[in-house]
Amino acid sequence: MSFDPAVAVEGLRVVRGGREVLPHLDVAVARGTVTGLLGPSGCGKSTLLRSIVGVQEVAGGAVTVLGLPAGSPALRSRIGYSTQSPSLYADLSVLENLRYFARILGAPADDPERVTEEVSLAPQRDQLVSRLSGGQLSRANLAVALLGTPELLVLDEPTVGLDPVLREELWGIFHRLRDERGTTLLVSSHVMDEASRCERLLLMREGRILADDSPEALLQRTGASDLERAFLRLVRDQAVRAAS
Amino acid sequence: MSATRTLATARRMLEQLRNDRRTVGMTILLPSLLVVLLRYVLDDQRTFDRAAPALLCIFPFVVMFLIASVGTLRERTTGTLERLMTMPIGRLDLLAGYALAFGLLAVVQVAVVAAISLTWLGLVVSGSVSLLIVIAVLDALLGMALGLLVSAFARTEFQAVQFMPLFALPQVLLCGLFVPRDRMAAVLGRISDVMPLSYAVDAMTRVTTSAAAGAELGRDVAIVAGCVLLSLLVGAATLRRRTP
Repeated sequence: MSFDPAVAVEGLRVVRGGREVLPHLDVAVARGTVTGLLGPSGCGKSTLLRSIVGVQEVAGGAVTVLGLPAGSPALRSRIGYSTQSPSLYADLSVLENLRYFARILGAPADDPERVTEEVSLAPQRDQLVSRLSGGQLSRANLAVALLGTPELLVLDEPTVGLDPVLREELWGIFHRLRDERGTTLLVSSHVMDEASRCERLLLMREGRILADDSPEALLQRTGASDLERAFLRLVRDQAVRAAS
Repeated sequence: MSATRTLATARRMLEQLRNDRRTVGMTILLPSLLVVLLRYVLDDQRTFDRAAPALLCIFPFVVMFLIASVGTLRERTTGTLERLMTMPIGRLDLLAGYALAFGLLAVVQVAVVAAISLTWLGLVVSGSVSLLIVIAVLDALLGMALGLLVSAFARTEFQAVQFMPLFALPQVLLCGLFVPRDRMAAVLGRISDVMPLSYAVDAMTRVTTSAAAGAELGRDVAIVAGCVLLSLLVGAATLRRRTP
């Protein structure tokens, strides 16, 4: 892990609706990497991401983002965040949505056009969001996160429900952002076959980090043939350790 | 507070309205339609003249209450509010943007209903017509501000819609339209005294019945304006950056 991580989480504890979603979580995300946060749905991925962008009420611990406490006003124009379900105004066009968020972020005036090109949504830019297909909707949602060229992108299941071609395209965008702009990306998914596209993996289960490693090292360590099996092996090992 | 972000928000809301012409049409025409209907139901100019000031307050108040509470709830449930809360926008910027957009809509709405009442329906105004419009707009803003505020307590649109009879209708019943405020039972009179709509109706009655803009009129207008500001401030407090 690099000396000055983009995200450092120490002893994070989150309670939602009387249930301890994150009991005590430590994790770090290195700058300039594409890090995957993987785990079954309901394991606390979204809660962790919400804590990092500073919209989650936390019960304890410290979350430091780009050197500042999570939720600091100074971070609000440096982080791009997209939620799992698209958060857009359905009764506005794609471009109207982007122009509004760009004005709020103080992003350059030509940013809305730029990001529609980046997510290949230029032909649909004047369409109402309510008329977009599922894949177009996900890309429009992602486009908002790209406004203002943030240093850190926090993307909650950006590829869920997309066809393989589109998923491939999005992962291409993620890697390009890292290579060309040095952006740090933290991308969650519950689909294991996406894990191999990340250089760093955080495997999560029931509010705990099971593994924090590169895909290759993970395969080697568990002796599994693919990441899905590696994950299962880690779960089993943990259960054995807990029982003994 | 940031003027750019307030104006951007007002503009975004107006764009949303532009894409939803039926809502705009209904918002502008509904109060007029109801006032015309009531004029012919009462079928007596003197009774109508007595009821008209209250009606000019009540219909814009109720319409704006509904639109604002459902609109804000939608912003909360679709995740756009959460997205905005990760961005550099102040909560007051957001609410001031709402007030500006809804205020503009209210000006048109009130101008139409006032024009119809003063010409076709033969309402006589002894005081200043522009003051009458100011009071009615202020009153529509009061509906908006209260709608915004109560939407914080609604989880579904079903609940939000029913807050109208819960919060708005009692004010309508006690504002002096059905029974003059000084002839109500003591307890009801006191309840009426703490309801902001009562002061709006009092102010409107004074403008229509007397040419002089006295100190009492000034007090009533100040009370309504104060309630608008107070509801907006409390409403801002209910928009939390961090949520459970």
